[in-house]
Amino acid sequence: MSVVATSARFKENAHEALTDARLQGALAFAGNFVARRAAAVARLPEFEALRDSARAIKDHTLAHLDLYLEAYERQVRASGGQVHYAQDADEARRIIIDLCKSMEAKSVTKGKSMIAEEIGLNEALEAAGIEPVETDLGEYIIQLRGEGPSHIIAPAIHLTAKDVEREFRKAHHGLPTDRSLAEPEQLLAEARQILRAKFLAADVGVTGANFLVAETGTSIIVTNEGNGDLTQILPEAHIVIASIEKIVPTLEDAAQLLRVLPRSATGQDASVYTTLSTGPRRPGDPDGPRAYHVVILDNGRSNMLGGEFQPMLRCIRCGACMNHCPVYQAVGGHAYGWVYPGPMGAVLTPSLIGVTEGGQLPNASTFCGRCEEVCPVRIPLPGMMRHWREREFERRLSPAPMRYGLGFWAFFAARPALYRLATDLAARAMRLAGRGRGRFSWLPFAGGWTRYRDLAAPEGATFQRQWRARSGPVR
Amino acid sequence: MSSRAAVLASIRRALGVTGDEATRRFEVETRLKQAPPGIVPKRGQGDVSGRVATFKAEAERAQASVVEIAGWEGAPAEIARYLREGNCPATLRMGDDPRLAAMPWRETSLDILHGASDGGDVNAVSAAFAGIAETGTLALVSGPDNPTTLNFLADNHIVVLPREAVEADYEGVFAKLRGTYGKGGAPRTLNFITGPSRSADIEQTLLLGAHGPRRLHILIVG
Repeated sequence: MSVVATSARFKENAHEALTDARLQGALAFAGNFVARRAAAVARLPEFEALRDSARAIKDHTLAHLDLYLEAYERQVRASGGQVHYAQDADEARRIIIDLCKSMEAKSVTKGKSMIAEEIGLNEALEAAGIEPVETDLGEYIIQLRGEGPSHIIAPAIHLTAKDVEREFRKAHHGLPTDRSLAEPEQLLAEARQILRAKFLAADVGVTGANFLVAETGTSIIVTNEGNGDLTQILPEAHIVIASIEKIVPTLEDAAQLLRVLPRSATGQDASVYTTLSTGPRRPGDPDGPRAYHVVILDNGRSNMLGGEFQPMLRCIRCGACMNHCPVYQAVGGHAYGWVYPGPMGAVLTPSLIGVTEGGQLPNASTFCGRCEEVCPVRIPLPGMMRHWREREFERRLSPAPMRYGLGFWAFFAARPALYRLATDLAARAMRLAGRGRGRFSWLPFAGGWTRYRDLAAPEGATFQRQWRARSGPVR
Repeated sequence: MSSRAAVLASIRRALGVTGDEATRRFEVETRLKQAPPGIVPKRGQGDVSGRVATFKAEAERAQASVVEIAGWEGAPAEIARYLREGNCPATLRMGDDPRLAAMPWRETSLDILHGASDGGDVNAVSAAFAGIAETGTLALVSGPDNPTTLNFLADNHIVVLPREAVEADYEGVFAKLRGTYGKGGAPRTLNFITGPSRSADIEQTLLLGAHGPRRLHILIVG
């Protein structure tokens, strides 16, 4: 772990996020994703069948991951590239820094990569005296602010155009004060101009990979800006950093996943640039990198294989789960406190940094199930969050009032007759007490609820009593 | 133990396998050899004119402009018109593609530059390897014929696409790739391009011309 995690403070982070008016204003724009995805899905009758296909490809690959990695590696070597394995973040950073130093690199451009975030690559490059330049517009903006991404495909979604203008004015020396940057178009033009020079000056380009294709030894990136392409074709060397589960068997398999990825992510049928890279520049090529390296990172993922969290390794990082999550929409991505936010982050984070640090995140869910409904590879996210909650409870990591409360409830739940009696009495008492308004604005032990909204008073009998009355005895 | 060996050992331990199982090896070899196609959307299917019509509609949805012209010899005049009407300078960079070289550029007043781009070009033209009707996508391959820098550094990217090269789907392009580069082979760079460069990173507002071309103009020829 290299990025300092504040996931254990999720509750405090969330409270701060909810009262941050600027953040709440920016998050209002995040809602656009939902309608765009729905429209793209409606245009493709085969979409649900493609989700099944995508899930099956990922399951098959994970079950044969050792063999596909070996096949992939053979093909990368055959095309003149090199493959490096890293067991953890520290080793991945070291490999990349050593490669950069061996090429005497002073400047490194970067395509957007969540794995680079996970290993804290920028900080390591800076410490080695090498300038990292984020080139995805959103990543560039948050790099200026010294922040991590708050969304896996829209890293600066927590910021408004005004925030971006302020950062540009601070960082871009020589920018005339009378130049207008009020419109997003002007901000984009400004960033394009500044970054074009950085692209042309870079010694090494680092990108992530959406997929690694075993059949051909190819790495695939998907972007809309074209920044990943300029990052990888202009410098002398291209370094790909990707985790073990990015492997797919064939080009056809990649095409199945490429049909669900952009639709689930941005609601596009296809992203503007889907780029397949295989090895370094070839004889006669007038452009392209002279060296091609792939760093394959494990960082705890192999331990997830064969267990209850293996389905999480199907994730293709589209962001649909967070786009549809009421908790994410309310608090944004930074509250999750590490690299991966939203439902996928709530499941992945405890796997990668441990349940002690990340165990709070699986509680950040209403279990509404929308994340699972939209997941292109059908990861049972709520079910896996439930697994984590069980582990947190078993390891006594959850707060004492919650554990006692659950113990109290379990005592009754395990004794049906007593449970029926107790709920019956409670329902009667609350009906009487709430007779006037039909709801409560205050209740003992329920202050956390009633501080923000009323609790409806029960009307009529308990569910079980009504059920019995309608359909005979409960079995 | 090397990190490679450690990672593979950790994967095998978790999966409860040794890596020597004949059935697992057979399954992997078979899949790599056969490359089953999976679910292929119907949207792109059809005869040539059907595929071209779908390609055009889908590319325009992605904010590319598309024109159909009768033959390769008409391309220079159409490109000159496009650049003139867009108030663009009369220069054009291209690679060594023989299909482009054979066109009558002298009939226009365009200054033609050859080779890879160093970032100083406003206009560039490439010839496509294939088109994909399903999503209105161009497939461009790297090499001296069509340098990859031309796809990204020019403000205006113009692409000539032979009518018969419009495939129904991605799978059609992969079959064509295997015909050209052999099974398991691939060009150094294969660019699938759907419309001009864009970003929605500021307030989720979609803006064209992020780092790549601001405009993409496609000539379907034949």
